[in-house]
Amino acid sequence: MVTCTCTGCALLCEDIDVIIENNRVKEVKNACRRGAARIRGCVNRLEPSVNKKQADIDTSIKKAAEILKNARSPMLFGWGNSTCEAQVKGIELAKRLNAIIDDNSSFCQGLLIERILKKKFRTCSLEDIRNRADVLIYWGSDAQDSQPRHLSRFSYFPRGEHRQHGYEEDRTAAVIDVRESSTAKICKGHFYRIPTGGDRELILALMDALSGKVPKYDKRVLELAGIMKKAECGAIFAGIGLTYSIKDDPDILVALADKLPNFNIMPMVGHYNMRGFNENLFKETGFVNRIRFEGRPVHNDGYAVVEALRQKSIDALLVIGSDPLSSLPGSIVSHLADIPVICIDPCVTLTSRIAAVTIPCAVSGVESGGSAVRMDGRVVELPGIIENNHLSDQEIMTGLMEAL
Amino acid sequence: MPTVMELYQLLPKTNCKKCGESTCMAFAVALLSRKKNIQECPPVLEGKFKEQKDKLESLLLPAAGAEETGLIVHPELCTGCGNCVVACPVDVANDPKGAGIGGAPTNDKVIFRVLDGKVVASNIKECRRFGMNRVLCYACIDPCPTGAIEFV
Repeated sequence: MVTCTCTGCALLCEDIDVIIENNRVKEVKNACRRGAARIRGCVNRLEPSVNKKQADIDTSIKKAAEILKNARSPMLFGWGNSTCEAQVKGIELAKRLNAIIDDNSSFCQGLLIERILKKKFRTCSLEDIRNRADVLIYWGSDAQDSQPRHLSRFSYFPRGEHRQHGYEEDRTAAVIDVRESSTAKICKGHFYRIPTGGDRELILALMDALSGKVPKYDKRVLELAGIMKKAECGAIFAGIGLTYSIKDDPDILVALADKLPNFNIMPMVGHYNMRGFNENLFKETGFVNRIRFEGRPVHNDGYAVVEALRQKSIDALLVIGSDPLSSLPGSIVSHLADIPVICIDPCVTLTSRIAAVTIPCAVSGVESGGSAVRMDGRVVELPGIIENNHLSDQEIMTGLMEAL
Repeated sequence: MPTVMELYQLLPKTNCKKCGESTCMAFAVALLSRKKNIQECPPVLEGKFKEQKDKLESLLLPAAGAEETGLIVHPELCTGCGNCVVACPVDVANDPKGAGIGGAPTNDKVIFRVLDGKVVASNIKECRRFGMNRVLCYACIDPCPTGAIEFV
């Protein structure tokens, strides 16, 4: 039995025990269903191919390098499911190619992570939440389904150093959402349903209520403001629902955080190392995503994957550890039919089926090691637990650099 | 799970006492709590009650795999989140540094553990619903949003 770190979501659970027999996973202990499936690996393993014909991996890498070299405006996209080491190499590759580099955070939590890295919000570690937090607000986030062990491992249920009675007496959890999610079913008494896109109005009403004014809003907002005011250590888990709703004016959340001195904001990151990519790119360029290297890094919203595909401004796309064909709207991804796509992934995906070049890689955290950044910013080491012949993302990036 | 009335409606309702219970209603209660089984009702085994007998068997089928305390985990509904592992007061008492603080269980005394993404119950005699001083505990049912844990 070996202990491994789960890379199913950004919680990076380090207490997973895996029984390996004949170099295959026999049993996974303590991981949620999502994590167990990730550790067990793919049902359909990706094979190396060039123009939909099977090829060896070196030919695939050489062909990928050729496509990227000949492109005038290539884009490197994905990165959320790669280790930090592979991401650093990827940024180097983008520099060398004068390419656009972007990740899933450009249509996910990039807005909030950028503000956290610029220290506009107070934030804390998940261990702090377990040990101290008494008020938890899941806002536009269904942690129970997206990060299944969030409530049991860190936020609501566990007993902490200063919260010995756990959820029974010491913690209050509230959910603000447009639907009764699984998390809302757990926090029955404190579910606040809002209309789609109504987050801004609720923030304004909460700010009024916290300042002692009577808000022109449902009276229950006073009850919520009362809970938040009394908090000794609170946390707002900002989900993608909140981020999408306030994307035109994200600083309104900064204003709310300023009114709540005891509260921390934590963006609920989905992909296991999305925050790692944001931190690595931020260190290099001062921005978390949407960068083009033209001798120097240039940040522009037109370099977001969604905008670039809509405007058809790219002529080659390298996708690593992501599946834009299934996660982006059909009208936007239609451009992928006109340009060469290079897909690096352990498994067959919709994107790999239309890709000109496919390069299979190892499942990071299981078949290859490295490091990753948890949703709260803590660096976690990932030990590889299964020996295999697949190249890691980092080795593929090195191969591409050499081929260039 | 079926209700007592649903089971009662399918019994002969003759209060023949052949099963040892004083009424068919009492037998229905005993059926539901798994103290008696359908074979102990001689009239229902007769040919004319065949349809009712089949219905009773299909109604009681979900309870067949229940533990001694009546605990059933529905693996198809379980997401392996581990809320029940951490919320169970017995797990907290028996493993305060593991399951109690949200981590993986560190010993074998816990009732719930997650295997292959699904909860499995063991040490069922430790459950607060078991034994002479049993209490009607809901600690593992309430935190489960999918209804994967049930007591019958």
